Amino acid sequence: MVQASEALLNPETVLAELNKNAVSHVVWLPDSETNWLYLLMKAEPSLTLVTVGREGLAFSTAAGLYFGGKTPVILIQNTGLMEAGDSLRGWGLGLNLPVVLLVGYRGWTRHGVTTDTAAVYVERFLNAFGISYYLVENNHDAPRISLAFEEARKTMRPVTVLVGDEYHGFNR
Amino acid sequence: MMPMADILKAFKEYRGDAIVVPGKGARYWVDMTTRPELDVALMPTAMGGRAAFAFGLALAQPHRKVVLFDSEGDMMMGLNMLPTIAEHAPQNFYHFLLDNECYATTGGQPVPNASKIAYDVVARGAGYARTFAYDNLESFQINLERIMSGPGPVFTALKIVPEIENEPIGQRKRFVTRSREQVRQDLWKALGIAG
Repeated sequence: MVQASEALLNPETVLAELNKNAVSHVVWLPDSETNWLYLLMKAEPSLTLVTVGREGLAFSTAAGLYFGGKTPVILIQNTGLMEAGDSLRGWGLGLNLPVVLLVGYRGWTRHGVTTDTAAVYVERFLNAFGISYYLVENNHDAPRISLAFEEARKTMRPVTVLVGDEYHGFNR
Repeated sequence: MMPMADILKAFKEYRGDAIVVPGKGARYWVDMTTRPELDVALMPTAMGGRAAFAFGLALAQPHRKVVLFDSEGDMMMGLNMLPTIAEHAPQNFYHFLLDNECYATTGGQPVPNASKIAYDVVARGAGYARTFAYDNLESFQINLERIMSGPGPVFTALKIVPEIENEPIGQRKRFVTRSREQVRQDLWKALGIAG
């Protein structure tokens, strides 16, 4: 049986995965559950945070960073991912960008009927673009983040991590 | 209004070893450049992200100038990138806007508020410390050394003569001849980045 504390996804766990994969820049747009992760990232000297005003710009920013030799990650919510469709196509897939997208899975639930359309459509959206994705819901799933990095490097394509627990920082 | 080719010709003298993102200027720049390995011409990608892309390059290569030739239609789609650029204030970032007041590649329809918007004022309001605007070549040429010798981020709005295209897309001349992957590989080799 999974212990209660292990059933959460701690921001420290996510940060450790970013460090393990030599991430240099986090290109992001905050969503309602990422504050604890933000505080940790901000305090991490190896990371530069780049806040964009709209999610589509995260892809072109990340592309520039990659062309300049850095290792960016994109941290956005599923709503913003869908808004960014053409940027994912043109800057992500079009430039063979091996970037990992950490996507907050707003509306995700294992229980009952999923009513939030942000959750209803996001996997269909990723499938339409042929983007691989891994679901991460707790600390036990965290190694899947490294799998996503490995796949992105190997395939030279964006790979998504759907974060089903959205860091749960406020539950500490 | 200035011919795009004349602007690029003037800039060429100040290029040095800068990385250049020529944007729509690629049509002339590919024949002018002496450092093609440092040119990042990637048309077409997705409209609205060119400034963000060049900014990313500037962040990644802080010790080398990055020069962007943006266009106003693209900038309109990514206007909210300006505060992000200003926040990080990369001193190596030189942002030129080629403003022909229209969507030239779709037949010349005007962009929103085409002749009245002041892009240099928008950039200054977003937080760029140095901004300029020119609508004649002589003034631009006189001030180009000042623009390029000072620190970035600097924004320079340039009114250019529209070069409107009406030919079907498939029949238009392709100015960018290297693949996107080749562009990246050439750049990485020039910058000493291990692939």
